[in-house]
Amino acid sequence: MLHGGHLLSVLIFFPAVGALALMLLRGDDHKFIRSIAMIVSTAEFLFSLILLRGVPVGATGYQLEEFAKWISAPPINYHLGVDGISMFLVLLTTFLTPISVLASWSSIQNRVKEFFVMLLLLEVGVVGVFFSLDLFLFFLFWEVMLIPMALLIGIWGHERRVYAAVKFVLYTMTGSILMLVGIIWLYNATGTFDLPAIQQTLANGLLVLAPRTEMLLFLAFFLAFAIKVPLFPLHTWLPDAHVEAPTAGSVMLAGVLLKLGTYGMMRFCLPLFPEASHRAARWVAVLAIIGIIYGALVSMVQPNLKKLVAYSSVSHLGFVVLGIFAFHNISMQGAVYQMLAHGISTGALFLLVGMLYDRRHTFEISEFGGLSTPMPKLAAFFLFVALSSLGLPMLNGFVGEFLILLGTYQRHWGWASWAALGVILSACYLLWSYQRVFFGEITVEKNRTLPDASAREKWILATMAVVTLWMGIGSVFITRRTAAATQTVMDQVEPQRAYEARARSRTKPLTKTDSSQSSRTISIERLGIR
Amino acid sequence: MPAHPILEYLWIIPLLPLLGSAINGLLGAKWPNRIVNIAAIGSTGLSFLCALEAVREFFDSGQVLFRKEFFAWITAGNFRAGFDLQMDQLTVVMVLVVTGVGWLIHIYATGYMAHEGGYYRFFSYLNLFMFFMLILVLAANYVLLFVGWEGVGLSSYLLIGFYFLKKSAADAGKKAFIVNRIGDFGFMLGMFFLFRTFGTLDFQTLFAKAGLWPAEAMGQFGTFTIACLLLFMGATGKSAQLPLYVWLPDAMEGPTPVSALIHAATMVTAGVYVVARSHILFTYAPTAMLVVAIVGCATAFFAATIGLVQTDIKRVLAYSTVSQLGYMFLACGVGAFGAGIFHLMTHAFFKALLFLAAGSVIHAIGGEQDMTKMGGLSKKIRWTYGTMLVATLAIAGAPGFSGFFSKDAILVAVAGKYWLYGFGLLSALLTSFYMFRLIFLTFFGKPRYDEHKVHAHESPRSMFIPLVILALLSIVGGWLAAPEFWGHANYFEDFLNPVFASPTQSVKTIPVDTAPRVGKFLFAFGEAMGRASMEILWTYAAIAVGTALIGFLIAYWLYIRQPRKADDLAKSLRPAYTTLLNKYYVDELYAAVVVRPLVWLSTNVLWKAADVAGIDGTVNGIAHGAAAIGDGVRHSQSGNTRSYAVWVVVGAIVLLAIIFFWPSGAKTPVGLVR
Repeated sequence: MLHGGHLLSVLIFFPAVGALALMLLRGDDHKFIRSIAMIVSTAEFLFSLILLRGVPVGATGYQLEEFAKWISAPPINYHLGVDGISMFLVLLTTFLTPISVLASWSSIQNRVKEFFVMLLLLEVGVVGVFFSLDLFLFFLFWEVMLIPMALLIGIWGHERRVYAAVKFVLYTMTGSILMLVGIIWLYNATGTFDLPAIQQTLANGLLVLAPRTEMLLFLAFFLAFAIKVPLFPLHTWLPDAHVEAPTAGSVMLAGVLLKLGTYGMMRFCLPLFPEASHRAARWVAVLAIIGIIYGALVSMVQPNLKKLVAYSSVSHLGFVVLGIFAFHNISMQGAVYQMLAHGISTGALFLLVGMLYDRRHTFEISEFGGLSTPMPKLAAFFLFVALSSLGLPMLNGFVGEFLILLGTYQRHWGWASWAALGVILSACYLLWSYQRVFFGEITVEKNRTLPDASAREKWILATMAVVTLWMGIGSVFITRRTAAATQTVMDQVEPQRAYEARARSRTKPLTKTDSSQSSRTISIERLGIR
Repeated sequence: MPAHPILEYLWIIPLLPLLGSAINGLLGAKWPNRIVNIAAIGSTGLSFLCALEAVREFFDSGQVLFRKEFFAWITAGNFRAGFDLQMDQLTVVMVLVVTGVGWLIHIYATGYMAHEGGYYRFFSYLNLFMFFMLILVLAANYVLLFVGWEGVGLSSYLLIGFYFLKKSAADAGKKAFIVNRIGDFGFMLGMFFLFRTFGTLDFQTLFAKAGLWPAEAMGQFGTFTIACLLLFMGATGKSAQLPLYVWLPDAMEGPTPVSALIHAATMVTAGVYVVARSHILFTYAPTAMLVVAIVGCATAFFAATIGLVQTDIKRVLAYSTVSQLGYMFLACGVGAFGAGIFHLMTHAFFKALLFLAAGSVIHAIGGEQDMTKMGGLSKKIRWTYGTMLVATLAIAGAPGFSGFFSKDAILVAVAGKYWLYGFGLLSALLTSFYMFRLIFLTFFGKPRYDEHKVHAHESPRSMFIPLVILALLSIVGGWLAAPEFWGHANYFEDFLNPVFASPTQSVKTIPVDTAPRVGKFLFAFGEAMGRASMEILWTYAAIAVGTALIGFLIAYWLYIRQPRKADDLAKSLRPAYTTLLNKYYVDELYAAVVVRPLVWLSTNVLWKAADVAGIDGTVNGIAHGAAAIGDGVRHSQSGNTRSYAVWVVVGAIVLLAIIFFWPSGAKTPVGLVR
């Protein structure tokens, strides 16, 4: 375990330093700018790997905490910390940023300097959000991250970029405002913005929220996060934002930004408002399941390839929300894993769609067809990624999906059964679109001479493929590091169960005789907690 | 070095084909076929040798069940899915069939695919299939089994769609994967349910725990029944049973070696394997067993009827496969798991042979698959003809051939249940008919192809040597069961007894009175042989052979003696004939009831109406509304001092009115009055 040091601050602000350096450069030497951005983001990724040593396996609570007084009245502190969940989300962010830089290597030709500055600032905001343990600081980074993303869409996007950017900002802001109200309410009640302190106050019963108040607060936070996820029916900004965003924007948006929503639910909604979470769970789950099925069905019939991938995110993130609100530690683990896996798979899908766009300047599926012939390598990568996205075992998508469904089934078999339909539908939309894009004879003459993956593209895709495969086989590396953090969330949201479990394990060890009689109930109880 | 090196490192058996696949897939594009062959055949051949050695070591070690955990794959809470492999007698059969038959088919494919583009790609996929199939049969828990389960589905998808330029091939691949996914949906729920009930998905622990539970009664819809039906749903997808069989006939779009290996000998039997593997659960769930038996029997009959009229040589074989898989499920459904696996093995031999021989025929006459354009080939391609005849005799159940013993074992097992037995027998008749129809149409009569253009020729040696080996296996493959007819044991089922010990008891104790009367005369013969149960055995065998003979005679009469009669018959039974020819219109039904409505619903209701017009329309509506309000209110900002004064007065009055007239006792609006 690392002591002292300011690793988290370094990780937050290193890209900002890089962005500053870029700003000082002359704007016309594109190659140099790109190289600097690449070096900065790669270095950031390498730095972030140190986190793996900083967060010991099995350690509960926040690690590598940093605390500094910032504003005295109201007492706003610079409080950072990391646990198993946020660590991997940060790793995902720092991994996807250099990939995004590389993906924008040749497709971004105007305002190159500004583009990479925005990309690095986005990284600052996202990493900051994941590390913040002070609600005000969290909110600050939350908003900070919004600006570069909106600009990435609005400046470097496609035809309807301004519409999409404005929609993105307004949607997100609506949620943010509600969250801000919630944050201020909590401050009024507890006198602090410090997340662990508020958490303690609530857990110890020093502040007892009336059910109605708790529900309102829950909703204030939840709406902000649900928009970000996006949870059905708050998802309509997503297809527009994705279709209009440049490739790097889409990768960051799908890969990382959506996870801020589900991360927020795990970090704030559940621990701070456990009762309200329980009461809302069934409605949230219904929306999540609708999202899974609806997202998949709508995705299936999209004529626009990028929109198709965007809607598939609605479906995949539905799984994550379901896993969180099933309140089962297996599904919670699965939810964390699915966030990471989705970041890689969908990130890779957007990269591939972007590569097709670079060649043909369209996302219309009808414009493609038979692309396997001119570009077999790209086709192979696309299939690989599609398979990971549809949850083929041994690739990353399966682990999360399986754990979510398995865990959810233990407590709500009906939810899991409905959600499992998504498994069928994901095969439908991915394989159908794959067939229309890559199989068959070439239908559009222009496509006959398209070049296959370039060396740069092959490096990007191979990296993604290796991570995909590794996450599919070596999932234990990640799950054993996230186990303690998800267990903490479980204990916070269900303190009663955790208590009962401890009591039971002390007094009445599970014997073989009662397994035949009541092993069903016991096993269900047991599953949740150990 | 450990005492049992291969057994201790059991993962080497699946890993070898995976290496072959990776090498060919990544590097093979630039290699000549010869080097691709070395990687592909070498890896599978080595895998076969390793499997043989592992089996030897397994028996050498004298264990009932060898099991080893290699590494933890997924863990969460108290859930653990490991890369754990196991070996028992059932695995032995499966592994040897998969690697052995698989290897032969690989060798065959080097000849068959020699002139096709994407040679390296083909073998990369084929080796990948071997990897997943071996994982499937070696897995020691349901989750790892599911890895193989989905993986073979993927390989099947890739290989069916191998000729991806053809839309029908790409369609068929996609259909196979999606239909399988429907089954997998059930399989996954089955796993979740088992985990919920028993807290583990590990075979050994799970079955041990399940064994402590009381068995359910017939008609009871308890835990075991639910779990088994869900697992069986997966099996109906993978093993092409009603109602999810529709993908298999279309899968014939793939190259013929693929049809032989994946869609006949190995992958499609995975469902049977799963049911046999879970036999403890199934035997505790008689209701589920009945469903399995009925579905199996119905499929066996249903598919056989479609096979009667198909003219594409591979499609006939495809429906035949569906039908034979039905037999295997029928056996499992009545608790004769040993017989089911026995038929799985013999079927792997003769059906692989049939497909390979069909491939040889297709190869010989330049790619033609329509039997109405063949004929008279028996003299031109003797080896192919000879081996195919052997396979036909085996599948029809000619005495002494492997299929005779395994099919007989199944029919004996179901004998007590008249309906199942009757339909089983009827399917045997149909099988014999359509197979001999295939032989007669293909090899007899006058050539119906253009002899000037097509010069039928025997296939290269790499193709017919596997044919000969498989033909030998198709003959001797069932002989382990033969001693039963002389009062000894069925050595094959005895061999599997350690696995199926408890459930198979019921099979051998058929009460005498279930023997049909027609066989009474054979009792005397049986008595002479000295054992009571043998009379029954001989009786059933005689009935089965007699039935098959009838099928043969009808085919002989219709296609050799009176070749016109077949067409006349088709004309006089026009509606029935067209229904069969169109496969009962099941594909059309599914398209009309499921596929098209779903696409329509998704496009018009969910996407265009709900998403774009409904939700997004509301969002944009709010935005426009806000803009409109802003626009309206903008006019109040006129810059005119007098109008501002009026607004101030109006505001003051409203405020005062609220304060004074607010009902006493009620809370005032927040913050308005302190």
